[in-house]
Amino acid sequence: MQLTLEFGGGLELLCDSKKIHNVNIEQHNGEDKLIMKDLLAWVRTNLIKERPEMFMKGNTVRPGVLVLVNDCDWELNGQLNTSLEDKDVVVFISTLQGG
Amino acid sequence: MEGEGGERKRGARLCCVCKKSRASVKRPKTLEQICRECFYDAFESEIHQVILENQLFSPGERVAIGASGGKDSTVLAYVLSKLNRLHNYGLHLFLLSVDEGITGYRDDSLETVHRNQIQYGLPLKVVSYKDLYGWTMDEIVRVIGLKNNCTFCGVFRRQALDRGASLLKVDKVVTGHNADDIAETVLLNLLRGDVARLSRCTSITTGEDGPIPRCKPFKYTYEKEIVMYAYFKKLDYFSTECNLPFFSSYFPL
Repeated sequence: MQLTLEFGGGLELLCDSKKIHNVNIEQHNGEDKLIMKDLLAWVRTNLIKERPEMFMKGNTVRPGVLVLVNDCDWELNGQLNTSLEDKDVVVFISTLQGG
Repeated sequence: MEGEGGERKRGARLCCVCKKSRASVKRPKTLEQICRECFYDAFESEIHQVILENQLFSPGERVAIGASGGKDSTVLAYVLSKLNRLHNYGLHLFLLSVDEGITGYRDDSLETVHRNQIQYGLPLKVVSYKDLYGWTMDEIVRVIGLKNNCTFCGVFRRQALDRGASLLKVDKVVTGHNADDIAETVLLNLLRGDVARLSRCTSITTGEDGPIPRCKPFKYTYEKEIVMYAYFKKLDYFSTECNLPFFSSYFPL
């Protein structure tokens, strides 16, 4: 599944200072379905190069990190259960830095 | 109805306000599921109400917006500028920035403020620790080390804002402190037992007995909403943490 992942609000520093990542995710369960919970785990393993605790807490994002799927708040789509489709754009923004 | 687990059919919700467009945000303040346009309207009109109800401004006032280039001050400059035009507040607005002289942090965020000056058409004044005090934070840290530098910096910045404000001959300074900041301050003062500060820290306007009062139009605005607003409106802001406090007792764990 091809996805575009964007990191903002300082989170890009955790991924080699790169804001936009075009990724291809292989699914292990052989299905076409991917949910946010799986994506987060994948991101932590494959994209986060340092201080993973700034991005995730347990199996969800750290409090203060906003998640948008195709410019829509993931709170509207079930958070971790939000289903993802090919060519989706997922944005992670930290609200914690600066003022 | 909120989900009972399992996958969600996406994009199915309509805005609860206009009932026409797709909902894009779930507002933490009200839990409303709202589309972008209605979100902008709600966000801006709530701030307008705060300004009116607390009588923050008078027509003709010169107002300096404490601008760091960060999300709160950028959104504040944008929204205040817009409300000033839309509702004829009659204010003369300025961007006021403080350059502490922290390499790799402040120089980058100041670039953002310079862009904001052009983007919003607001005059900008930058006051630097070097000019005011003869020291940059980098130089101060070289002498005192990395302990307590946040305390020094906070005190210096406060005064620098006052000095900048008087150079601009403004009647008021506004800062982007939001509801989350104020909540943190309340908790901090509670934990420290600082009763004096606790009683003052939730005031929307402070320093009325001094030369230049300060106010916080974002006092009731949620940080998440500020970030959402900035994201959807594609506002230009800088967001990397200052690297100096990493070793100090002030660094949040």
